[in-house]
Amino acid sequence: MRVGVLALQGAFREHVMLLEALEVAAVSVRLPQQLEDLDGLIIPGGESTAIGKLMESYSFYDPIKLRQGQGMAVWGTCAGAILVANSVLDGVEGQRSLGLMDITVRRNAFGRQVDSFEVDLAVAHLHGGDFRGVFIRAPWIEAVGEDVTVLARHEGVVVAARQGRMLATVFHPELTGDPRIHRYFIEDVIGA
Amino acid sequence: MSDSSKEIGTLRVKTGLAEMLKGGVIMDVVSADQARIAEDAGAVAVMALERVPADIRATGGVARMADPTIVEQIIDAVSIPVMAKCRIGHFVEAQVLESLGVDYVDESEVLTPADEQYHVNKWDFTIPFVCGCRNLGEGLRRIAEGAAMVRTKGEPGTGNIVEAVRHMRQVSDEIAWVVGLSEEQLFDAAKELGAPSELVKWVHENGKLPVVNFAAGGIATPADAALMMQLGSDGVFVGSGIFKSGDPAVRAKAIVEATTHFEDPEIIAKVSRNLGEAMVGINIPDIPQAERMQERGW
Repeated sequence: MRVGVLALQGAFREHVMLLEALEVAAVSVRLPQQLEDLDGLIIPGGESTAIGKLMESYSFYDPIKLRQGQGMAVWGTCAGAILVANSVLDGVEGQRSLGLMDITVRRNAFGRQVDSFEVDLAVAHLHGGDFRGVFIRAPWIEAVGEDVTVLARHEGVVVAARQGRMLATVFHPELTGDPRIHRYFIEDVIGA
Repeated sequence: MSDSSKEIGTLRVKTGLAEMLKGGVIMDVVSADQARIAEDAGAVAVMALERVPADIRATGGVARMADPTIVEQIIDAVSIPVMAKCRIGHFVEAQVLESLGVDYVDESEVLTPADEQYHVNKWDFTIPFVCGCRNLGEGLRRIAEGAAMVRTKGEPGTGNIVEAVRHMRQVSDEIAWVVGLSEEQLFDAAKELGAPSELVKWVHENGKLPVVNFAAGGIATPADAALMMQLGSDGVFVGSGIFKSGDPAVRAKAIVEATTHFEDPEIIAKVSRNLGEAMVGINIPDIPQAERMQERGW
């Protein structure tokens, strides 16, 4: 199994380290041709505008959609969740997303850095108790389509969701060192 | 419904924002218009200022925190994080910036220091701080005071990369030295570095700084940015280099792309073409010792 981490900007190294700790071959993806033989792709946290512009400059949009259509699983964390969404609220003018998942995401919905927080989350399908969710200038998932399963909420707001071979989390599992959501992505989402 | 496990302003949340900025470019801006150009070029954050370092250097006098109106206009203009500078030790400027909703405070040698003995106690704040350093000991002292991110000092406002390179190499060399020491040598190393021994021990065990480390102070071209990335920076700050150049929008985008593709000379060559004039730049020996910003702080 080979899992790519989009390495244009943001916290991609932490995802690579967690994948390697789970003994998965991890690829730092900087150019579209590296998508070819991947079973899954993680779009990491970072700044969604910066990552989106680099995706545009280096023609990532169509190849990711094509590979996802061919069965590549995709997981977006934070900025990545914005990039995989069908619809983005409070984006910059003309902000483009991949439209891979039937969710509506609102950027910076939890506020600025002064409001950034961590909290225990009950995440569906995870064993071993709550998961520490780290929310940094985080978006939230404001609406989900009928094929989307909600995996976690914080104060009623959707913060993790799955649709088939797509996963979105608005918090940062890569910053906790807790590999359970990575294992879920590998075993349940890619492995499904 | 409130959750008792919820915490704000934790070290993880503070260092976490810096983690999200990695591989990116943070640009100095002095107006909402410049901030929008920076965001549009792919900046991961902007630094809100009244004057860029090159102008601070040219004007002389005391340099202070920016007017809150400018900071607010910039916050309103963009969706990316906004940083702002306070003077070294000026904790009230930092309090003001926090109250304005700034996402990161840069306790910066670019401004005139307010306290010649103490830096800001950064643990007192909910928002995170970034501080400059020239070597490992200075970086670890700032981290001990609560900095959640560090950067090289370089020599701001010069468009000359030589000091940033010196500082990055110094930090890397000292990390390698600490890693190679035996356990019983670490206390003496801590004394020599002037840094807390538990942080020196952390570096010894992990082989890196405990927080994200960007390059700053003299980056003017895409190749400068890529050089700092190849030397081990997690990302770059560009101060005067963008808005003191001939075509800021094009140069900003080129520096962003070179920072991402820092190991790909063909891409760096491509984005380096036809950028117009770079900022003029100053040679370091031409700056009197007393006017070198990197000497501020300790």
